[in-house]
Amino acid sequence: MINCSSDIKMIWNEKIECASREEMRALQSERLVETVQRVYHSIPGYRRKMQEVGLVPADIRSIDDLSKLPFTTKTDLRDNYPFGMFAVPMSEIVRVHASSGTTGKPTVVGYTRKDLNMWAEVVTRSLVMAGAHRNDIVQVAYGYGLFTGGLGIHYGTENLGATVIPISGGNTEKQIRLMQDFGTTVITCTPSYALYLAEVMQEMGIRPEDLKLRVGIFGAEPWSENMRREIEAKLRLKAIDIYGLSEVIGPGVSCECQFQAGMHINEDHFVPEIIDPQTLQPVAPGERGELVFTTVTKEGIPLLRYRTRDLTRLIYDRCECGRTLVRMEKCTGRSDDMLIIRGVNVFPSQIESVLLEMSETEPHYLLIVDREGNLDTLKLMVEVQGQFFSDEIRELQALRMKITHKIESTLGISVDVKLVEPKTIERTAGKAKRVIDNRKL
Amino acid sequence: MIAKQVSVFLENKSGRLNEVTQILGDAGINISAFSIADTSDFGVLRMIVPDPEKAVEVLRDHDFSVQTTRVILLNSPNQPGSLAATLKILSDENVFLEYLYAFSMNENTAVIVIRPTDIDKCMEVINRNREALESSGSHFQI
Repeated sequence: MINCSSDIKMIWNEKIECASREEMRALQSERLVETVQRVYHSIPGYRRKMQEVGLVPADIRSIDDLSKLPFTTKTDLRDNYPFGMFAVPMSEIVRVHASSGTTGKPTVVGYTRKDLNMWAEVVTRSLVMAGAHRNDIVQVAYGYGLFTGGLGIHYGTENLGATVIPISGGNTEKQIRLMQDFGTTVITCTPSYALYLAEVMQEMGIRPEDLKLRVGIFGAEPWSENMRREIEAKLRLKAIDIYGLSEVIGPGVSCECQFQAGMHINEDHFVPEIIDPQTLQPVAPGERGELVFTTVTKEGIPLLRYRTRDLTRLIYDRCECGRTLVRMEKCTGRSDDMLIIRGVNVFPSQIESVLLEMSETEPHYLLIVDREGNLDTLKLMVEVQGQFFSDEIRELQALRMKITHKIESTLGISVDVKLVEPKTIERTAGKAKRVIDNRKL
Repeated sequence: MIAKQVSVFLENKSGRLNEVTQILGDAGINISAFSIADTSDFGVLRMIVPDPEKAVEVLRDHDFSVQTTRVILLNSPNQPGSLAATLKILSDENVFLEYLYAFSMNENTAVIVIRPTDIDKCMEVINRNREALESSGSHFQI
């Protein structure tokens, strides 16, 4: 595709994004060989894993050898908390981010200066895929902080040369006022927050045609085609899906282009594979399975065959936009029990460990996820203990608040706790059914 | 006197109270008095029964969350002003009450069930003011 003017790029890095399959494989091979050498010598955990399967770095000669390598999981990151998986000395790490882990311990990732530059590059490519350019005003309504969303999009936007409004999440009326006053053209947030913005906008008597919104870049939680249509109609913009996970880099691992036909993976940095989550063998090309990434340029925390647990398929056909970067479909589910609620990763085991610490409750619970209006809600039913409950309402309310606070500080999102009678949560084959997800995605 | 009150945790859903009373009825346990404290989500049923141990046992057998609480039972004349006179004595001595409820025994006598924050202090106050209480007609019951 051609650039419209010297100022406005339709494809940020044409050499890479439109490379032939052979060129891409050659680049991936070269980088993979280098990465394997590096992690083997700098991360004892990887060296041990490779030795266990009888591999030495010299066995990895090209991208075809990728499937010989052992997998990495979230558990590996947790076991090496906080910095055990870092491949460089801490003096080289210029930033850390963290996401919630399975048992309360967060997963920590570290970035070198070069990693941050690479991250900005892949986010910039993603913004351009979405249709943004340097004249845009980009309102970043993802949270800033340990979560990668806010800062990730932020630096990609600066790298593009567009204007950033670093408003972070929440404060909805102010978000809308600034959109109006500053003439925001690109909004980035979670899709459910986008719908909430539309709702509040309506309450405030502001019509989308009063605003200059043109593009919305939404991610960090699963959303459906129906939701896309609703957002596009209510906010009058093009809604683009962006994908990422902090372990791999953050947002910008992949992103849709104008044709909204799957997310282009920045595969010169993150090499994707699809495996069968049961057999762990690679599936036939185009088949659905679990997405696995190997980072081939990252310095801070390189990952070999990291199991994302997201289920999807890869599309290798050339895209109408001209990019040759492989595309991944919208993820259709998870191969573990992780839930994404308001953009936050929630594992049922986190709730279990909180309840186990408390003597007043049974570790039997039911998590009910709903979408009320446009926001996810989380309700937790907890069984009171059979013998040691207080008969004073005040104390029962205090217990309810105690559970609420503990769960909220563990998960990082608000929860509505409901105390229920013992043995009222259904057990199936001796095990309780833990989660009911009523969201229609 | 001090009695063991039986408390049952109940979710606010239809039929639960009915189940508790049916279970006790089937076990031949009479409910002398009861009260319910409730919130929007759950409630606590508090009962005075002749055999609290047996009541606890049969309710636990049916998976209810049950416990017993020590409460004070006080007889009071079934006439206007007697509850006020009794409560005045307690409040003058700074006895805090978590909750109380009452029931009529007959035309002449009512029973007040008191759950003070500090039961020992409350008993001490009652004993010390026995004369005043009795002159107002109140006395320990059962």
